[in-house]
Amino acid sequence: MCRLFAVTSREPVSPMMAIQALEVMREGHDGSGVGLLLRDLSGPFEELKDAPILSGIFSDAGLKRLDATMMDLGFMTKYKISIKVPKTPPPGVPRRDIYLIRAYELPEEWEGLAREEIEDRLMRIRLRLRAMGEESQDMIVFSFWPDVILIKEIGDPLTVARHLQLDRKELRARILLAQGRQNTNYSIDLYACHPFFLQGFATMTNGENTAFVPIRTFLESRGFPGYTGYRSDSEVFTHILHYTHKVLGLGIEAYKHVITPLPDEELAEHPHAPWLRRLKQSCRPLIIDGPNCVIGCLPDGSLFLVQDRKKLRPGVVGGRPGLFAFSSEICGLDAAIPLRDKSRDVQPMNLETAVVDPERREVRLCSQKDPLPLPH
Amino acid sequence: MQSERPIAPSTLSVKDLPWQIAWSREACTLCGRCTAVCPVQAIELAVFRKRLLEPPADLGAATAGVTRAYYGIRQRTDPAYACIGCAMCNLVCPNHAILPLRTDEADKLRFHIDRGGQPRRRGGRRNVPGTVLDRIKFIRISMLTDPALDAGRHEFELRTLLGRVLPPEAALRHEREHGWVPPVREIYPLVIGGMSFGALSPNMWEGLQLGVAYLNEELGMPVRISTGEGGCPPRLLRSRFLEYVILQIASGYFGWDEILHAIPEMKADPCAIEIKYGQGAKPGDGGLLMGHKVNRLIAAIRGVPPGVSLPSPPTHQTQYSIEESVAKMIQSMGMAWGFRVPVYPKISGTSTALAVLNNLTRNPYAAGLAIDGEDGGTGAAYHVSMNHMGHPIAANIRDAYLTLVRLGMQNELPLFAAGGIGKTGNLAANAAALIMLGASAVQVGKYLMQAAAGCLGSETDRCNICNIGLCPKGITSQDPRLYRRLDVDDVAQRVVDCVVAFDTELKKIVAPLGRSTSLPIGMSDALGVDDPHIAERLKIAYVV
Repeated sequence: MCRLFAVTSREPVSPMMAIQALEVMREGHDGSGVGLLLRDLSGPFEELKDAPILSGIFSDAGLKRLDATMMDLGFMTKYKISIKVPKTPPPGVPRRDIYLIRAYELPEEWEGLAREEIEDRLMRIRLRLRAMGEESQDMIVFSFWPDVILIKEIGDPLTVARHLQLDRKELRARILLAQGRQNTNYSIDLYACHPFFLQGFATMTNGENTAFVPIRTFLESRGFPGYTGYRSDSEVFTHILHYTHKVLGLGIEAYKHVITPLPDEELAEHPHAPWLRRLKQSCRPLIIDGPNCVIGCLPDGSLFLVQDRKKLRPGVVGGRPGLFAFSSEICGLDAAIPLRDKSRDVQPMNLETAVVDPERREVRLCSQKDPLPLPH
Repeated sequence: MQSERPIAPSTLSVKDLPWQIAWSREACTLCGRCTAVCPVQAIELAVFRKRLLEPPADLGAATAGVTRAYYGIRQRTDPAYACIGCAMCNLVCPNHAILPLRTDEADKLRFHIDRGGQPRRRGGRRNVPGTVLDRIKFIRISMLTDPALDAGRHEFELRTLLGRVLPPEAALRHEREHGWVPPVREIYPLVIGGMSFGALSPNMWEGLQLGVAYLNEELGMPVRISTGEGGCPPRLLRSRFLEYVILQIASGYFGWDEILHAIPEMKADPCAIEIKYGQGAKPGDGGLLMGHKVNRLIAAIRGVPPGVSLPSPPTHQTQYSIEESVAKMIQSMGMAWGFRVPVYPKISGTSTALAVLNNLTRNPYAAGLAIDGEDGGTGAAYHVSMNHMGHPIAANIRDAYLTLVRLGMQNELPLFAAGGIGKTGNLAANAAALIMLGASAVQVGKYLMQAAAGCLGSETDRCNICNIGLCPKGITSQDPRLYRRLDVDDVAQRVVDCVVAFDTELKKIVAPLGRSTSLPIGMSDALGVDDPHIAERLKIAYVV
């Protein structure tokens, strides 16, 4: 089982906070890899909130191709972090040329474009770079989005973090999502590594997704170019979240109604029963059926956690105003925020979604039995 | 055989028949029950002459012979009276003195059952044992990758949808704008397929309806039953139980005068309207109810004179083009109930199914598509149609589902699979395989004849005389002397037993796959088969 850890903090924190939480939860993962999403960045990126940041791993040849492509598209580098790694990587970590984190200035001709259009173009560029990299095996592109950095690598999380010197000032962020294992269901592939990211939405998941194939099939047939990839069965959780928000225009309260709808008998008693029934019927292929804990992040910086219908996975949220952490194990939370009122820790149950808003004041619990803020 | 007796081309010996009657003179009580029960009069009481030799002890004396007569059972060899192997004689014999045995080589009867130029007609289904569905295995077992589910303990919701499901964006928009949302029924994924009142005896029909009502009212299982093309009894039309019934309209429109006139008095809307364009057992043929089954009750319900054979035309009379026919029928039927009832066509399995499907995807009123494969059953059809016409269901359903996937409509237009599900008794496994290939639900008929009423028919051509109204179990007969053998409550009890057992087996299949809260429609990664060609055709895993 994967180990998941996420934190949202008013003060920027080092990525090592998440890595150390993973280290404490080590018993439950095999140290085969790490995925780390940084958001609401501080330091040099504080001033570059609108500049898309490209995160990925490149060979020297790949970098040249990237530069040529980005130049053609009219992107200028605004800021970059160069991670210079020792020539010989530690055992279990592959040798790489360049771990790239680079913020770009948008092309001049993009000025005046609608936000939606910019978001669409950024996604298409990421997909294009990914396709180019897969063709020549010289680039791996994780994200291309403002205020978001994604780092993924094979190997023990702590070893990788030391190798990449993640404890550097420029990488401090107010939101971290970290996952401590390579997937085991399919072959090891960095594109199969959590957290997954699409247009501001990110999730990471515990547990196998038993309904993967029908869900993937449904998403792929929506005709949206971003619903692709699927090296891991967990990637669909991110895309369902994206679909729920961007296509259906629904809030995080509705996400659980899409992936784990109420059974018919309970649904009948809900104040919005007819609407929910319609949603359940039309989103039937998006119902997840496995034992899953999903921790994710929305474009506005909210963090959330939902459990499967039967609540077969652990998952806890705790902290204090200004600092909250989500963890698949309590020991991870204890390691990250030892000074907190533990009696206020929340373990969301089968009907609940736990949300910490961008203000980071409290953990908000919404139940599937609550009335919904319906779009008018 | 005496030399002067003529041997006609169709003169057969007992050996030439498919079934030979073994009769024990020792055990026979001469009670006559076997000859009375035989539906085709294949056996008759006979007097046999036998000469006994009694050699004298005195070697010099001539041997004396005496001739005695004894009574016994003789099997008739006239092709019109050939034994059908139903073994009712054995069932009623107090001493099990009689038993039909299958011949050890291909029979010669098959060459002689077209006398008068009338090709063989029969009931049952394709006389080919086995089904490809039985070869499909469920190979994706969650064990250590995830905690497995417990079929007996965990919460399950194995329901399906019948009706046009709007895509999520449109569903929410229609909801917001109070637009028309097509009716959708949440039903159990096992539907009792169309078998008409007329093809079935009143006791059988009532037993099925009673069982369905019990499943719904007492067990909360929303099982639905199609009427077949024969109308619906007036009291059922005017009862609240109509919501469990799918009314079928086919090319003969039998019973629809009665149904349409009952609409103002209906207490509940029917579950759905099924427009039958074809039947898997006899593609291109309409329904056929022989005159000797059309008694006064049947005639009244169907709105026809009694005693007249009722062949439905092979095609709907309104049919001019697919667009016109299907669209007009669907819209007319929808309009009759104020567009509150899903309307969907049923076709026989065919290589042209995708043309029908594509047409339906463009018709916002179409509520689904039922495809009936070559192994479907029937009460009466030409033998050649049953044995040689039609398309297997597995590839048809798979192609249809993958076509919907390409259009992004796999959740919008439910597919119903029928024809040979549970043919060898593996009802739940066959149903689950079809669901994972892409069906939203399955329709069964023949299985319930066998399981709920003890039908003796088989794919090795046993019995299969549903067409002549002489069903020895009273399932497909309109003769009260025959159908009183079938107790309505017993049939209902067996229907309930079968569906409840099916439900448990379905859970035992989906739980280890890690599925419980939604029906695994299209979960083809769970399927494997031991033949590379089948695997390639169905786009599932090849496993050995």
